Amino acid sequence: MATKKMAIIATKGALDMAYPPLILASTAAALGWEVQVFFTFYGLQLLRKDLSGIAISPIGNPAMPMPVPMPVVVSMLPGMQAMATSMMKAKMKNKGVASLEELRSLCLEAEVKFIACQMTVDLFEFDKGDFIDGLEFGGAATFLKFAGETDVCLFI
Amino acid sequence: MNFDKEFDASGLACPLPIVKTKKSLSDMASGQVLRVVATDPGSVCDMQAFAEQTGNALLSQSEEGGKYVFFLKKA
Repeated sequence: MATKKMAIIATKGALDMAYPPLILASTAAALGWEVQVFFTFYGLQLLRKDLSGIAISPIGNPAMPMPVPMPVVVSMLPGMQAMATSMMKAKMKNKGVASLEELRSLCLEAEVKFIACQMTVDLFEFDKGDFIDGLEFGGAATFLKFAGETDVCLFI
Repeated sequence: MNFDKEFDASGLACPLPIVKTKKSLSDMASGQVLRVVATDPGSVCDMQAFAEQTGNALLSQSEEGGKYVFFLKKA
């Protein structure tokens, strides 16, 4: 049986959207697949050495389960984003969900290839020193070359 | 059932039971048996899928004291 291949484009950098690419990549790698993840736009935030800034906003997330019904105007108040983020992280820890750091290192250990979008780095003037080691920097063509041969290709 | 190594994934949520099982298996020799305990209900289907996809046989799967117990044989 030929090795299955999967490509993921990770475009989001909020706490909730950080999980799907990392969970799928680490699991596919555990199943013996060849996996590449292309991080672009806000997805690049997931490649920072320090992930403590990854947050989730209660604004504009009507599907977010809330302990009490929350009027939109309340979720806009100062401190609400920090509260939503810390509550979400606490819940995850409580339920045995892996941290982003752990999932990310499991991916790298399993030889998942992480490619960072060079264009986004230039656009937002990111400092490569802020990112983890072991990254390849490339563009859309780099990603598409691999993506074209995959069994599963996901846009997240 | 006899086993050579044991891994307790109690309290861990997807994808950790599978990813860490894979890690435990990687240090083992072909033919050795790994016992995995998990509390994540999703791990039941996941372990079967893992066994099928990787060729590591799922020798048995049962429930003991509210936890799921799996025996996997390294391919």
